[in-house]
Amino acid sequence: MSHTDTETSVPPSTHTSEMEVLKPERSQLGLLRPDHNKSVIIDWLTTVDHKKIGIMYGAIALFFLIIGGVEALIIRTQLAIPENDLISAQRYNQLFTMHGTTMIFLAVMPLNSAFFNYLIPLQIGARDVAFPRINALSLWTFVAGALVINFGWLLQALEMMGLFATSGPTAGMTDMVPSVGWFGYAPLTSTDFSGVGTDFWIMGLQILGVASLSSSMNFIVTIINMRAPGMKMMRMPVFTWMSLVVAFLIIFAFPAITIALAQLMFDRTFGTNFFNVAGGGQPILWQHLFWIFGHPEVYILVLPAMGIISEVLPAFSKKPLFGYAIVVFSGAVIGFLGFAVWSHHMFTTGLGKIATAAFSLLTMAIAVPTGVKIFNWVGTLWGGRIKFTAPMIFSLGFVWMFMMGGFSGIMHAAAPADAQQQDSYFVIAHFHYVIMGGIFLALVSGIYYWVPKMFGKMWKGNLSTWVAILVVVGLNITFFPMHFLGLLGMPRRTHTYLEGFGWESYNMVCTIGSYILAFGILLLLVDLVRCIRSGEPAGDDPWDARTLEWATTSPPRVYNFAKTPVIPARDALWAHKYGPENQKITEEDDHGHGIHMPSNSWMPLIASIGFVPLGLGVSLMQAGIPFMGYFAIFGLFLIALGTALWALEGPGGYHLFPGKNIA
Amino acid sequence: MSDTATAQHEDSHASLVVDNKKLLMWLFLGSDCMFFGTLISTHLIYRKLYPESFEPTALFSLELTSFSTFILLMSSFLMALAVSAMHKGELKSFRRNVIGVIFFGLIFLACQVYEFAHFVHEDLTLSTNTFGSTFYLMTGTHGVHVAIGIFWLICMYFYSHTGKMDAHESAVDVEVAGLYWHFVDIVWIVIFTAVYLLEYVDF
Repeated sequence: MSHTDTETSVPPSTHTSEMEVLKPERSQLGLLRPDHNKSVIIDWLTTVDHKKIGIMYGAIALFFLIIGGVEALIIRTQLAIPENDLISAQRYNQLFTMHGTTMIFLAVMPLNSAFFNYLIPLQIGARDVAFPRINALSLWTFVAGALVINFGWLLQALEMMGLFATSGPTAGMTDMVPSVGWFGYAPLTSTDFSGVGTDFWIMGLQILGVASLSSSMNFIVTIINMRAPGMKMMRMPVFTWMSLVVAFLIIFAFPAITIALAQLMFDRTFGTNFFNVAGGGQPILWQHLFWIFGHPEVYILVLPAMGIISEVLPAFSKKPLFGYAIVVFSGAVIGFLGFAVWSHHMFTTGLGKIATAAFSLLTMAIAVPTGVKIFNWVGTLWGGRIKFTAPMIFSLGFVWMFMMGGFSGIMHAAAPADAQQQDSYFVIAHFHYVIMGGIFLALVSGIYYWVPKMFGKMWKGNLSTWVAILVVVGLNITFFPMHFLGLLGMPRRTHTYLEGFGWESYNMVCTIGSYILAFGILLLLVDLVRCIRSGEPAGDDPWDARTLEWATTSPPRVYNFAKTPVIPARDALWAHKYGPENQKITEEDDHGHGIHMPSNSWMPLIASIGFVPLGLGVSLMQAGIPFMGYFAIFGLFLIALGTALWALEGPGGYHLFPGKNIA
Repeated sequence: MSDTATAQHEDSHASLVVDNKKLLMWLFLGSDCMFFGTLISTHLIYRKLYPESFEPTALFSLELTSFSTFILLMSSFLMALAVSAMHKGELKSFRRNVIGVIFFGLIFLACQVYEFAHFVHEDLTLSTNTFGSTFYLMTGTHGVHVAIGIFWLICMYFYSHTGKMDAHESAVDVEVAGLYWHFVDIVWIVIFTAVYLLEYVDF
């Protein structure tokens, strides 16, 4: 490849006068397409470029990481001392509900999505995803869902400022922030026990589901159909492989919660009996449907993290991934088994001995492919020339911390032990080790690894070491004592506790740890801003890495690869740099056709905006606010309008010719 | 619908087996299986949880439902003919068959509307008991699928008059619509069996 041979990319030519000026064309509707727009805002709002969409996903995810983090800090502050009255019990319920929902759906999933978007086309040598406009729709629909879920906080703030009152026509607007827990067990979610906040939660999650489903289908098509020549399935980077597994998990797991949420919405809004005991419904059905989604969701969160680790460890061990095929295979096995273990969340509901034993065994079985991966990562490190760079430190942290979360998970798999640990802080300790110690560290590793590619800037100094120390130490101080709290019987989801159970000092330690952790994350954000604003140029391949995304410029041009690369081997760039002569990446001749680019479009944004009135309208209709049904219908109309114009405007597209109309 | 400008340009050298749009539809249908699977499971799990005095067979009109099932099956047949016509580039035959599909689909929807109205008249609403809840949500979701399919085909019918449709470019679009239509049809066969016919079996 032309770019890989030079250390830094050639600066774009300044002789713009010689270039042909690109002009937007008219769509089939006769409207000017928003291509080549001078306004940066319009360009980003209408973009279909997977890289810009990825960066937006990442920025929004980091924003919600801060929101969810602040919610967690308030929770920990409230629990620091016994019988604290910093916040009310109801506010505490709202905080832990929104903390869980925010972190899972608005921070970790979109951060994964950011990496999917940015990296998959680069890793497989494609120009963009298979359906660029659907990709934009996924992003904006995700934003719409996030707004609907968090709308209650806005109302609550307005109420506190005296600008909104729950009287007159808005008398039904009680309990405006979701407060039913992130898994919203029936019958707590019925209209008897919870207010309009639950409706925001239902509609928000439903809208987020649309975003996740559409983007997953898009990525599967991209990975299967858009690979560069020679990029066989078993030559793909492991991150892309894990993304493929996750996309399949999403399209098969999300329908269960979509239907469960629809049933709940019908119960609340139209008086059906799905979870209404008086009408013959069975609340336990919610638990089954929720966890049929909810357990695969755990793997939806963790598999991309495992993919990141499988990229970073080989890059800084200067060795190929140990047992590539078996790592890929275990990822797929985890995906399959992920659908067969949901009832381990329900051991205490009285499933019966057979079901409990079966789910217990299956849950232990899923530790096998996970363990295989861990051994393969250790095997990758073994005998390697290990370089302790920032991404490497976080990846090593992942292997260690994630294993601890895994061990307490195996303890939960034993049904008798789980009966003791259910609903106690032991569970909190377990899944925070998995999510913070595992997934979050991997995502930070990914940020340190790929930001130089995304922005073309290198990290400054060694602030990352401090981030690593503070985050790893902080999360251990925060979450390790929770194991003991759980074993001492402290129940989760209670807003305060009495003195004298031996919980006081542990809780204080947890709270101190959470502030250390928060400070570490703050430093991470500072480091990120510093890097993007004033980092030195990174060059195309600052880490001497292995996979295809490092073969193009940093940041990659809008078309990723000027000419489609032909891939001769796994770890394509490594083989190109250090392999035998017959493993060089070659370029496919475009026969003078230039680079075909997709056109920007307003339609995904318009269609997505419609989800906001739809979600809010249905929620507020349930709360008895007049005319809200029409507001919801207006939302549906916007969605239909956006979709119809989308179909009618035609796909468009334009051609780029390096040296002729672009630098 | 046709977002694959870049795709088609680049696909030429990928290990392309299934067209992008068709693969997307297959994935959607896989996902949709889980949607209907959840709805139908809920209905079957909640079977007999309603009061014993309530007897679904007293409401059902097997003649009407068999008729509408037959109509939907025949619409699938016409859809297959429409796809085949498009592949051959016979636009007139395509239009004739698509009109047939739309017409049959509308008859099916009319039967469903009549059935819902009849049930409500007989005092079975969404909130009467669990049967009402699961039945209306499930068959209603199916009805919405049929309605979306009809809307889609109407759009295609009018699009075929713009002169922008030809065997080379549009056959795959019609095929994708056909996949959707056949799937909705198959789901109805499952619903007809598991929801209607099952009530006539003594178990």
